[in-house]
Amino acid sequence: MTAILPAKSIADRLTTLFWRKPKLLLALLITPPLLWLGVIYLGSLAALLLQSFYSIDEFSGMVVREFTLKTYGELLRPQNYDIILRTLTMSAAVTIGSVILAFPIAYYAARYAKGRWKAVFYLGIMLPLWSSYLVKVYAWKLILAKEGILTWAVTQTHTNFLLDAALALPGIGGNSLSTSYIGMFLVFTYVWLPFMILPMQAALERVPTSMLEASQDLGATSSQTFRTVIVPLALPGIIAGSIFTFSLTMGDYIIPQIVGNSANFIGMAVYQLQGTAGNTPLAAAFAVIPIVIMLIYLSLAKRAGAFDAL
Amino acid sequence: MPAAVEFRSVSRHFGPASAPIKAVDGVDLTIAEGAFFAMLGPSGSGKTTCLRLISGFESPTAGEICIFGQNVSNTPPHLRNVNTVFQDYALFPHMNVRDNVAYGLMVKGMGRAQRYAKAEEMLALVHLDAYGSRKPGQLSGGQRQRVALARALVNEPKVLLLDEPLGALDLKLREAMQDELKSLQQRLGITFVFVTHDQHEALSMADSLAVFNDGKIAQIGTPAEIYAQPKTRFVADFVGSSNVLPPALTQSLGGPAKWSSLRPETLHIDPAGALSGIVTSLRYLGSGHRVAITTQGQDIAAILPSGTALPEPGQEIRLGFPPEALHVMVDP
Ligand SMILES: Nc1ncnc2c1ncn2[C@@H]1O[C@H](COP(=O)(O)OP(=O)(O)OP(=O)(O)O)[C@@H](O)[C@H]1O
Ligand SMILES: [Mg+2]
Repeated sequence: MTAILPAKSIADRLTTLFWRKPKLLLALLITPPLLWLGVIYLGSLAALLLQSFYSIDEFSGMVVREFTLKTYGELLRPQNYDIILRTLTMSAAVTIGSVILAFPIAYYAARYAKGRWKAVFYLGIMLPLWSSYLVKVYAWKLILAKEGILTWAVTQTHTNFLLDAALALPGIGGNSLSTSYIGMFLVFTYVWLPFMILPMQAALERVPTSMLEASQDLGATSSQTFRTVIVPLALPGIIAGSIFTFSLTMGDYIIPQIVGNSANFIGMAVYQLQGTAGNTPLAAAFAVIPIVIMLIYLSLAKRAGAFDAL
Repeated sequence: MPAAVEFRSVSRHFGPASAPIKAVDGVDLTIAEGAFFAMLGPSGSGKTTCLRLISGFESPTAGEICIFGQNVSNTPPHLRNVNTVFQDYALFPHMNVRDNVAYGLMVKGMGRAQRYAKAEEMLALVHLDAYGSRKPGQLSGGQRQRVALARALVNEPKVLLLDEPLGALDLKLREAMQDELKSLQQRLGITFVFVTHDQHEALSMADSLAVFNDGKIAQIGTPAEIYAQPKTRFVADFVGSSNVLPPALTQSLGGPAKWSSLRPETLHIDPAGALSGIVTSLRYLGSGHRVAITTQGQDIAAILPSGTALPEPGQEIRLGFPPEALHVMVDP
């Protein structure tokens, strides 16, 4: 009997090598994704940042490759500032709307759905994601249009007054839902909802039942348990979901074109500036705004203790 | 004075009525106020379900439960003056130790200064005065256990339920905590209902205990009664390292044709003894020796005090015992 079996093949030698030098295997595994992330992803982000510090020559329309803050100054012009404010407000509203809609669904899925119902839940959440985004948005346009299904439905049920009241709201109302901010909010909330539900559900699933029972056992009512135990423990998931809904709304340039009153949003502005207008520096400066806002948002969330339960 | 907890033919069945899982099945039980009551039984025998019936997280499918004479069938958990120390402690990870302990007072609307003062008092009681600002994640298992205890006790419950609270601790800490729990219970005078599957723990800590088997109570009594006079074979087997003798062997030792138990420490080497057999093993226990012999195909253990002349394995010996040591069991 020998204590050591002979290495039979190249595979044996390789596994031996990796066993002796585990870091080598790790390095081999993570180099490609690191290259991808580092060079292509972060590199282009850096290029974007760099562009935003250039400016455009107003007469020739050429990009002047000199460091300046002039382009950022342009963001403060009323028409640009309005775009930023409008986008931010819409993103915040969509995020809040998604949280409210997603929570009961995620809670049910995490706590009560078992076996087959769980599969139905995942299918129900994911199925809309499998169809084209454009198809969904155009479908919504038809639903919300003046002669659309929704108008028909409220007419049939004699609830026109509700729709009319909503459309009469100053600022966010309009001629029809498909040309109003309300309609845009509905479509945004619909398309991004899965991105809120899934992380929320994952966070809620990690809250052990005994934690909820302990709270009840100590005398807390259901609403107290909800506020002091469930929400804080699910907060990392809610924050993760809100990062999705917030940044996806801020960067989107298709929904504001199709639904709504054709008021400009950041995504649309970037699209127009770098395309037809050829003002890449301003487009870059616009694109930096969502990044800055997300960073501010995350640091505020961290300071508020949103990640304490992680 | 009403009993702290009373079960009247309580059952809790799960699953379809055609093939129910009888987690708790027709249990009658009375726990006196101020008692240290232990529920002992193998895994799956219904101990946790019993505890959850008291705390209100399960409802009986039959029978009724009274706490201090009041029927609690329609009382939700948060309105019962009963607190639980959970098996996994269930401390809130996002709150520090002080907030965890003060939680029960917070939800009842007590002011911050007052509830923190009480929490600190409780933490001192469990020797964790200096740990108020830590998060549960920064504590050891034994410390978490004590936080869970303080968190329950701060509410001044009438009954405290403990579900295998020492299960996760190592032997030394476990013994220290056993002493601490016992003295705490005596000082506070609160009724403790303590679930365990460790027979030594149950015997050494409880004033009275119930042995569970398959959702039913096999025997209920004081530790001494359960140890010395097991009612059934199951109890004798489970509770002690007692020798359980089949009817034939009982008869040959001068008893009736019934199952009986014979405690190892009552046996001694006696050339005129009634039991004869071949020594199969010999083990040193520290305080004495454990000798196993086999007779009529049955293994019998005897514990001999140190100083006794020891037999050799393979040798045939005779063992004697005082006649009252042979305990005949009532049930099969
Ligand atoms: N919610 C439930 N649904 C179905 N069966 C259950 C449920 N809860 C408990 N049971 C069953 O009831 C029986 C008793 O369970 P219980 O948890 O009370 O046992 P236990 O004595 O506490 O065991 P352990 O020592 O392992 O904790 C087990 O067979 C268990 O599978
Ligand atoms: Mg249990």
